[in-house]
Amino acid sequence: MVAYVLRRIGSTILVMVLVSLLVFLLLRLAPGDPAAVLAGDNASAEQIATLRRLLGLDDPLPVQFLSWLWAVAQGNLGASLYSAEPVTLLMSQRAEATLSLALATLTVAVPLAIVMGVTAAHRAGTGTDRVLMLFAVAGFSLPAFVVGYLLVYLLAIQAGVLPVQGYQPIAEGIGGWAAHLVLPAITLGLIYTALIARITRATMLETLSEDFIRTARAKGLPMRRVLLVHALRNAGVPIVTVIGIGVALLIGGVVVTETVFNIPGVGRLVVDAIARRDYPVIQGVILVCSGIYVLLNLLTDLSYTLIDPRIRY
Amino acid sequence: MTLTASAPDAPSPAPATSALSQAWLFTRRHPTLVTGGAIISLMALAALAAPLFAGDPSTMNPAVRLRPPSAQAWLGTDHLGRDVFARVIYGARVSLMVGLLVALVAIGVGTVVGLVAGYFRMADAIVTRLMDGIMAIPAILLAIAMVALMGASVWILILAIVLPEIPRVVRLVRSVVLSVRDAPYVEAARAGGTRLRVILSRHILPSTVAPLIVQATYICAAAIIVESALSFLGAGVSPETPTWGSMIAQSRSHLARAPWTVFAPGFALALVVLSVNLLGDGLRDYLDPRTTRRA
Repeated sequence: MVAYVLRRIGSTILVMVLVSLLVFLLLRLAPGDPAAVLAGDNASAEQIATLRRLLGLDDPLPVQFLSWLWAVAQGNLGASLYSAEPVTLLMSQRAEATLSLALATLTVAVPLAIVMGVTAAHRAGTGTDRVLMLFAVAGFSLPAFVVGYLLVYLLAIQAGVLPVQGYQPIAEGIGGWAAHLVLPAITLGLIYTALIARITRATMLETLSEDFIRTARAKGLPMRRVLLVHALRNAGVPIVTVIGIGVALLIGGVVVTETVFNIPGVGRLVVDAIARRDYPVIQGVILVCSGIYVLLNLLTDLSYTLIDPRIRY
Repeated sequence: MTLTASAPDAPSPAPATSALSQAWLFTRRHPTLVTGGAIISLMALAALAAPLFAGDPSTMNPAVRLRPPSAQAWLGTDHLGRDVFARVIYGARVSLMVGLLVALVAIGVGTVVGLVAGYFRMADAIVTRLMDGIMAIPAILLAIAMVALMGASVWILILAIVLPEIPRVVRLVRSVVLSVRDAPYVEAARAGGTRLRVILSRHILPSTVAPLIVQATYICAAAIIVESALSFLGAGVSPETPTWGSMIAQSRSHLARAPWTVFAPGFALALVVLSVNLLGDGLRDYLDPRTTRRA
């Protein structure tokens, strides 16, 4: 077990180094002088030359990569070209909005998706199943910005029951905070719910056809107990895996959702950075998001033994 | 009592031989496949034939800005007085082309890499790690960064959308190769001195075709969404080209007054992606009957 965990952590670090390499190369392989790119459009030749020296751009590429990686490992992601503030500071200022949105989405989407998937599997082949799975395909097909504006138009502009856009920090009151999160969380959660519901249905169908389920039924256990305790627990591993993998969808979705609802989060930060060609910010956000994703998937992998004691390493 | 000849049985229905009834039978059996395929074909046809019927997508006419749908402008006009219907039809060109090209390139590159990774243990470790690395970067962010750095030509855009999709193909092909690599018929071919290229292309590649066709449709759907998201975020092809994503981005501030400017491209996008996904689900059931009707 310990050996497995160590090996898994080792491969996670390897993947992160690879991600850093890709992110590093992205900027270096872009056409033109990275110093000129980093210095911005209005820089003089002298400024560019200074920046070249400062960034060590005259060093061989591997040396550059290692020194950049060393800085990153110490938590130094560089500074914004626009505001000169450290990227880590910019990200931490916007973390609350993004984390609120992500957590609100997770707490609604995951239970809802599992209930939908279990119900669809239990009622497989019936109208309920078809409606639920049609919803799942639709959830896959409706881009966040289409759903988002539809919700804003119907519930905020027409019905006027929820705020149109924006974000209210939790410190200014739970009610306003929650009200501002309802529509964004539904928008962001739709595709995630669809993904988890589909996997839950498929794994549950497989599990429900196994012998121990028939035994449980034959003993006279209530269906609810068979479904939620016997079947769901045994279908747990693929469901948890997809909850982890789906976080990638959430991260991509956050960028779009924050733009639709004008939420000042990390996603907005990166979109504004594109418009200003603020490369250190783009780099930093990608690196941190990938790190969170890889870390979450490491934790999911390690949780398998808790979900299914048959799995031993 | 006389034995009467029993009334002749109603003639057993003649086997459905006419092309039309066979098509009907196929539709009954595979509704998702046919529906998805039909909508996509119509959309593609409309996009190709756009100059014949759709009008001009970029003529501005401030006198008729933000007009609701009418007989003159079927889907109304936008904030610059441009015809929304024409723009939606022309927008289909970018979406469908990007979707198709991304799917083709991702399948092509991913298949070669997957074959190599699955067949040669040496390459496997390196390729698998590299793919893990690419998959760890959220697709939209990677694409945004690439477009922001390299400029927004159609080819950069396609490259940026393809890259995150390749690992999915590589993994799929690799797993199929692994499952047949040591099958007796492959071993026999090897023992018989068949050249490696022939083993890979004749004996192993065919097993990957069915899952790849299905995967291609899902990649196409994902690519259309990512392209429109990039356009929406301002990192897509040049703003002069009408795309569904950029139409929504340009019109969003008029949502309350002119909802059609946002929802016409939005529904077109949702319809296309839904159809491609339905086509994919239908193909999956058609090509691999085991996964269906298990219930």
